[in-house]
Amino acid sequence: MQTFSVWVDDKPGVLNRVSSLFRRRGYNIESLTVGHTDTEGLSRMTIVVDTDERGGRLVEANLYKLIPVRRVENITLVPQIARDLAMIKVTATHETRAQVMVLAEVYRTRIVDVSADALVVEVTGTEDKIESLLDMLRPFGVIEMVRTGQVVMKRGSAKPTREERRRIAATAAGAGTPTDLSV
Amino acid sequence: MSAETRTGAQIIWESLVREGVDVVFGYPGGAILPAYDAMLDFPIRHVLVRHEQGATHMADGYARATGKVGVAIATSGPGATNMVTGIATAMMDSSPVVCITGQVGSGVIGSDAFQEIDITGITLPITKHNYLVTHPSEVAPAIREAFAIAGSGRPGPVLIDITKDAQMGRCEFDWDAAKPDLEALVRPGHSGGADPLALVRAAERPLILAGHGIILSGAGVELRAFAETTQIPIAMTLLGIGGFPASHPLNLGMMGMHGEAWVNTAIQEADLLIALGMRFDDRVTGNLKTYAPSAKKIHVDIDPAEFNKNVRVDSAVSGDVKAVLGEWLGQVQGVARRPWLDYIARLKGDSPVCDIQNLPDDGHLYAAHVVNDLWRITKGSALVVTDVGQHQMWEAQYYHHETPRSLITSGGLGTMGFALPAAIGAKIGRPDAEVWAVVGDGGFQMTMSELATMAQEELDVKVAVVNNGYLGMVRQWQEFFYQRRYAATPISGPDFAKLAQSFGLWGGTVFARAQVESTIAEARRQRGAVIDFRVEQEDSVFPMVPAGEDLHKMIRRPSRIVETAED
Repeated sequence: MQTFSVWVDDKPGVLNRVSSLFRRRGYNIESLTVGHTDTEGLSRMTIVVDTDERGGRLVEANLYKLIPVRRVENITLVPQIARDLAMIKVTATHETRAQVMVLAEVYRTRIVDVSADALVVEVTGTEDKIESLLDMLRPFGVIEMVRTGQVVMKRGSAKPTREERRRIAATAAGAGTPTDLSV
Repeated sequence: MSAETRTGAQIIWESLVREGVDVVFGYPGGAILPAYDAMLDFPIRHVLVRHEQGATHMADGYARATGKVGVAIATSGPGATNMVTGIATAMMDSSPVVCITGQVGSGVIGSDAFQEIDITGITLPITKHNYLVTHPSEVAPAIREAFAIAGSGRPGPVLIDITKDAQMGRCEFDWDAAKPDLEALVRPGHSGGADPLALVRAAERPLILAGHGIILSGAGVELRAFAETTQIPIAMTLLGIGGFPASHPLNLGMMGMHGEAWVNTAIQEADLLIALGMRFDDRVTGNLKTYAPSAKKIHVDIDPAEFNKNVRVDSAVSGDVKAVLGEWLGQVQGVARRPWLDYIARLKGDSPVCDIQNLPDDGHLYAAHVVNDLWRITKGSALVVTDVGQHQMWEAQYYHHETPRSLITSGGLGTMGFALPAAIGAKIGRPDAEVWAVVGDGGFQMTMSELATMAQEELDVKVAVVNNGYLGMVRQWQEFFYQRRYAATPISGPDFAKLAQSFGLWGGTVFARAQVESTIAEARRQRGAVIDFRVEQEDSVFPMVPAGEDLHKMIRRPSRIVETAED
């Protein structure tokens, strides 16, 4: 798996260009999220791709060929915070509701909807945590689930400075300097 | 800034003129009518094509002949979709083309209006970038940025789809404010691996693989200086031909599927490959598992997405090949490399390919002779545009190109029907050049309607039809790999000489070798000519590396040309 943070122009059709690239080159997207950044006109994608390191380099180079792509960072190997949000609708009858709620408590989730025979659990965390909770809830009967896909951010000093953010917004940051992925 | 407002249509032409455009290739229609109406007030030569595919190939041929951006224009719907093949051709061969298409009014987009098609969606994977312009104020910025994108970095096609209301609406025209953010178009490089010059110094059997990038970056002088200093021989890709003089002793000729046997052997035995502006296409590598097994590989390319795509390399250098070679030149010393060069010379010496030029006239007309005679008669100075197939490979083998941009051919996409329109574009870009379109009878019939364009524009393009009555390259594959079962490859055609005459062009037919020289001479005296060369029907291109086979496992030319069943 290779994980990328990608800064793109917030314009119509950009998501299509990015996803079309993956389709065209035969890369399987494991997860793709997109949202606004703190800079107007700039969106940020987190893309997890099922490929190896060599494939990761090709993905990065190909992403840079898309004009609305401003910056690409392969953050697979850097210290990072990865989060996924899921809402899980689980059967919870009079007999099982308490057990489900205990599990929800253990996983530090929130119950966001309650009906006579079901609960909706909102859980945030790593993919592993969500998978684990899902395994625990399955025996009660999972009615449906929706997940956001991963959002990932580098830890610590990796946070872009104000100057870097300005540069990302203004130009393809890092222009002219080789991007070193061997970290 | 002028307070005067202009229509989007006027801004299209004003912007094109300011970008240095004086000719466009196009075909009018409903959604592009406002632009065509405005065109009459600008110093633009419009070449009316007979099919929009022709417009894109002409713009492509113009771009490849001149190095400038070629421009094609068409209406929405079918006008735009007819451009798709030409756009893809330009994309695969990194040719700078800007296509402008009309689009239905922005208010009806998405309603399946008459002649509405999502051309930006369709061309998304075959353009460097594209635009849907729905307001006149977006016209100038889109055109300026499109030209910057098409011509910079690794060149390629850009499409601008402009709605009818964006053409008709008015706004202020401010050229300076439309300047693109060029800095934002610069992308990070991606160099890495071993020190390339250390690899060069350590090599005993090095080989340069020169591709289209040499021509695109104008690196001929640097390549020559580098090769002569280091005494490294050069193998050419099809699109690299012309980037280094054919007559230079270090030029070995073309590599790959129909490359010279000694070139492919040298690649397989080299201990270092220096790939300059080429992309290790499957047609030049053969089986990747056995490709150049003992060679270290250096890859210089302006597009980092090419590194390690097909062939794993030991050293990747991203940048303009001219700049990289210029930098290297100061850091290499002269070397004598006799053993390696002598070895290659011996490989060359016993190659049966050399013999074909010396074959006696046995009454048969061989395509290789036709091409070689054309080379001799034009003193190698013609600008040759080829179509795709056997004649294309014979041209590459037997017409020896000395200068860049003297061979234009569809390499990556292999687009039949490319040659005639591309030759028309090339002739318009370089009116002083002697332009020959070398075509097969199959490909020519795909776009021969552009003879009408040629006649209407009074262009002096010569067409050599290598006519064997077959879709020759496919027939050759059927002969070699499908037990000579000729499914759908025999093809008839018109009398090409009479066809030419019907367009008011000169036409001639050649049946025997003795007629070749005089007919070519006559055609050269005419303005616009077609020669129908009735060549040997079942001749094949040799050597041949079967698709996916090891590069050194070539099918060689039989010692004597096999005569066909009809003889």
